[in-house]
Amino acid sequence: MRETKYWTWHMAAGVAILFLLGLHMLIMHVGGITHLFAPHAGEATSKENSLYRDGSLFFMTTYILLLGVALYHGLYGLRTILFELTLKPGVEKAVSIVLLIAGLGLFGLGVWAAFATHAIAIAAGARG
Amino acid sequence: MPAEISFHVTRFNPECDPAPYVKTYPVPVREGMTVLDGLHYIKENLDPSLAWRYSCRMGVCGSCGMLLNGRPTLACNTQILHIATTDLTVAPLPNFDIIRDLVPDLSTMFEKHVALKPHIVRADQAEIDDPAGEFYQSPEELGAYLQFTYCIKCACCMAACPTLATDTRYLGPMPLAAARRYNADTRDDGRSARNQVAGASHGAFGCHYAGECSRVCPKGVDPARAIQYLKRQLVLDYLHLARKKKPCSKLRGPGQGKPLTNITPAPARTV
Repeated sequence: MRETKYWTWHMAAGVAILFLLGLHMLIMHVGGITHLFAPHAGEATSKENSLYRDGSLFFMTTYILLLGVALYHGLYGLRTILFELTLKPGVEKAVSIVLLIAGLGLFGLGVWAAFATHAIAIAAGARG
Repeated sequence: MPAEISFHVTRFNPECDPAPYVKTYPVPVREGMTVLDGLHYIKENLDPSLAWRYSCRMGVCGSCGMLLNGRPTLACNTQILHIATTDLTVAPLPNFDIIRDLVPDLSTMFEKHVALKPHIVRADQAEIDDPAGEFYQSPEELGAYLQFTYCIKCACCMAACPTLATDTRYLGPMPLAAARRYNADTRDDGRSARNQVAGASHGAFGCHYAGECSRVCPKGVDPARAIQYLKRQLVLDYLHLARKKKPCSKLRGPGQGKPLTNITPAPARTV
């Protein structure tokens, strides 16, 4: 039943990605029109708008969430592909451990980067 | 005037051949001849050493599953002229070891089948030891699993499955469809036991819904659909959202059932 748990969360992560990636696309690609998380003039990727977003707690949280669900969805998918190569049970376990460590490491790095840029933006006086 | 079709048959004897090879036999074919008839012609007239598995000759036993022109199907209910005009390739079912020539080793499939408890499992031991009456199922309850009962275990779906082609430990369409068939049966209490196997690694979630199993099934069973039902059931059971199964009602004696009104009466006895 453990695989049922993993697969259910894999599907839930897929749905979350649809929503969060949609939000990302909306902000980054039509931000100049909607001014969603881009209150300053110019492109959504301008320095002022970027600092504004980095200073927003909501934006930081959704990006950490997007990173988490994308890593889980992608690494579980990779694990599934690798498991379909008829690996030995010991190799399957090693693959799972390596992917878990890689996922946690990348997630940690991403969270650190999100907090660091948030702190930089706050120090620069930006608050979303 | 019979047409002559070249049968390109895969031959392999693991005791003396290093690898399978193809041997060609000219077979005179008449309208209505099945591939099984063609193989019999070869064995009787051209090469008595050719081996294949068959039994009923009428698409019921599921013994003669083989790869005909690249498609897994039954040799007994496939007419030669329906699939070939000059050449016909005949090979054993892929995704299985070969015992000899066109005989695949289906033991791996049946081991997976048995692991999924393909039978009614009852929680009430007293009812099994001393049955109090007949189980009653409504036509709707029967309809929930009826289509999956037509499976004849010919292994054509297993041969067509792309997941099984790379992952030999994947349970495969036939055993998973059997699991669904019994899970959907109101007389059965074995769903949680089956979930332990179907919901494990290399279980139902290995299915990518290619749908080849359903496309090749010679009996019209839809294993791909059964697996999607099974996946949904597994997820709902994990989330504790599954509706509680209504237990099968029992008839305590004769005449308690409601006979259907549109059934024609049986003819009078002649003896």
